[in-house]
Amino acid sequence: MATPTNLSAAFTLTPPPLADWLVILPVALMIGLGAVLMMVRKSVRLHGAIAIAGLAALVLIDAGLLWRVATHGPVTMVMGRWLPPFGIAFTADLFGAAMALAAAVVALAAAIFALRDIDASGRRYGFYPFLMLLMAGVSGAFLTGDIFNLYVWFEVLLISSFGLLILGSQPEQIDGALKYAVLNLIATTLFLIAVGYLYAIFGTLNMADIARKAVALRDTGPLTTLTGLFILAFAMKAAAFPVNFWLPASYHTPRIVVSALFGGLLTKVGIYALMRVTVMLFPVEREALSIVIVVIAILTMMVGALGALAQSDIRKLIGYLVIAGIGNMLSGVAIGTPGAVSGAILYALHSMVTMTALYLVAGEIGRLGGGWSLVHLGGLFRRAPSFAGVSFVLFLAAAGLPPISGLWPKVVLLKASLDIGAWWLAAAILVSAFLITLALARVVLFAYWRPSPREIEPMTAAADWRIALPLAALTALTIFFGLFPETLLGLSQDAATGLADPTAYIRSVFPQGEGQ
Amino acid sequence: MNTLILRTVAPFVTALMLLFSIFVLLRGHNEPGGGFIGGLIAASALALYGIAFGVGAVRRAIRFHPMAIAGAGLFLATLSGFISILAGVPFMTGLWVYPHVFGVEVPLATVMSFDLGVYLVVVGAITSIALALEQEPGPDLERED
Amino acid sequence: METLFAILIGMFFAAAVYLMLSKYSVRILLGVALLGNAVNLLLFTAGRLTREVPPIIPAGVDALPSGTANPLPQALILTAIVISFSFFAFLLVLTYRAYQELGTDDTDEMRVAEPRGEDRPPMGY
Repeated sequence: MATPTNLSAAFTLTPPPLADWLVILPVALMIGLGAVLMMVRKSVRLHGAIAIAGLAALVLIDAGLLWRVATHGPVTMVMGRWLPPFGIAFTADLFGAAMALAAAVVALAAAIFALRDIDASGRRYGFYPFLMLLMAGVSGAFLTGDIFNLYVWFEVLLISSFGLLILGSQPEQIDGALKYAVLNLIATTLFLIAVGYLYAIFGTLNMADIARKAVALRDTGPLTTLTGLFILAFAMKAAAFPVNFWLPASYHTPRIVVSALFGGLLTKVGIYALMRVTVMLFPVEREALSIVIVVIAILTMMVGALGALAQSDIRKLIGYLVIAGIGNMLSGVAIGTPGAVSGAILYALHSMVTMTALYLVAGEIGRLGGGWSLVHLGGLFRRAPSFAGVSFVLFLAAAGLPPISGLWPKVVLLKASLDIGAWWLAAAILVSAFLITLALARVVLFAYWRPSPREIEPMTAAADWRIALPLAALTALTIFFGLFPETLLGLSQDAATGLADPTAYIRSVFPQGEGQ
Repeated sequence: MNTLILRTVAPFVTALMLLFSIFVLLRGHNEPGGGFIGGLIAASALALYGIAFGVGAVRRAIRFHPMAIAGAGLFLATLSGFISILAGVPFMTGLWVYPHVFGVEVPLATVMSFDLGVYLVVVGAITSIALALEQEPGPDLERED
Repeated sequence: METLFAILIGMFFAAAVYLMLSKYSVRILLGVALLGNAVNLLLFTAGRLTREVPPIIPAGVDALPSGTANPLPQALILTAIVISFSFFAFLLVLTYRAYQELGTDDTDEMRVAEPRGEDRPPMGY
């Protein structure tokens, strides 16, 4: 076979250091394990063990990746050694690696919880394989450096989320899944439209390449339109206000551990993509559209808080809390200073852990109290005092009260908005937090504090490690980062700096400089 | 749908289509064709067989559950990407060997095993959907076995 | 040529949006399928239209001859077709199941997940 003479024109010829494989390993491991679980679909007893071992490995890999990125700067690997603008590049910077690590931790907790929550028929249907593929999609979305590839990972996580959503095939799940599926499909199609326009304008899909080429095309009409389209698509994925209706329609229908995964991961992927595109690729256009984003942010916060206040079903209430959190993160994007972006990143990391934990709490409430309606619940504090303590801590975290981790992102965001003189934005954040505090206080009052309005047989099932361990671990995380926030604050500041000034990101993809 | 004509012809057509799907898969190496389109042809062959003889006959004929086939393909494709770690080149780089089998040079590549994986994924996934649609409406459509 | 394609894509989008605004799930499904095709055409046009010269490197040459079609949009479209095809298959099964389980294809009547007249949260005890 004749070999072409000059390979270096198309290929990168230096062998990648072994540590670079860390950037590809999370995705490949999850896909491979998902495939293995699909093959051994009959022996469902193995599923849990394999999945949990795999997710534990994923946490370690992501931690290693984060450490590598923190010490050596962004890591890049190109598929099939094609040179970056042509080959698909996986690039992890601090932001992506931190989000991937948080996602892995959350998924591990949910997988342990699922040992109890998902019965044999749910496992035979494929809960764990779907979970693996979902994590492949989520990790891929956080780590990819190519915008079309980002679209592909969105679809991967979307199709596995469909599978998880209809696990059990109850009529209400099918009802919720239909709305979720159609609206999310439209959102990703909007994303694809934006990618098409982007390719027409830039002729490239590599994010580092776009970031450096966008400098020359600053302040033109097409870019503003493009950014608006991206914002619409990702806001729909993130469930921001005018396009949030799929979330309350579907998130309360699946098994509670599926809700926990969705609440923790999916909307955050949307916010991640929004920040990646608006802050890193098109900062000038984001500035031009910031007034639109800030209005969306405030409305999302308010809708989330008021919606939470109006719900009697605890699962729906948490769904609105997810939406309110998205509003907070959007406000950070709208302000756009590195401080504000770091606040949004911090909020995203905090929200992943807290929202998952809250849904798990809801699952335990449903098991202990026999339902989710605030009208019928009661007496949980007397029945399970330690569980009540854990949930109280998590409620504080969700409301953003000290000394739990929810305080810090709000403080950073408040400071950032006051720094630019946007007192009304700060006021909106505070009002939203106040309303959420009220809603959660009502949950504590009715579900935990008041005597049970109906006779429930005394506790039969004792506390189970499969429930206690993930809840305790996530709660411990929120307490730890509430009391010692310095590492996380520093990390999110560095991540925001790397996002606002992507020089290191670009250099990692194009080490030879402006050669191309 | 299961007329005598269809039932008589279906086995032959199915066999022919499966053979053709493998031809398309291998042809895709250097010419139009490939794992995806080959997989689609194979899946439609199985769907046709299902129309003629019922879903149970297809399930017996392919021995493994369609999703298990898809899983095997996915695993093979992932593995093909990882072989390049041994050669010190990035993920998914195509690697070639040229063994001589009975005096004929047979080029083998990780590209090909990846494509075979794609073929299996498509066969498995599409067959599973097709069988779910062909199955008589019952109480449990998703839980096939 | 691009103008013609732009008009065609616009018509595709209009039809897709019109169908998706319907309250019947089957029409929404058809709208989604049309939307996918509209986007594929859009991607195709975004890669610039050229006369039919396939992007194949002739033997003995290292680079594409000039004037060939851009292969990247075709790769993107292929990916998008595969994805929208599998989504369409899934949605088809889901819509069919929804019709079976819920007994209607009118999305206004699909209120199982969000029933009318739900309890308000209690105000005191």
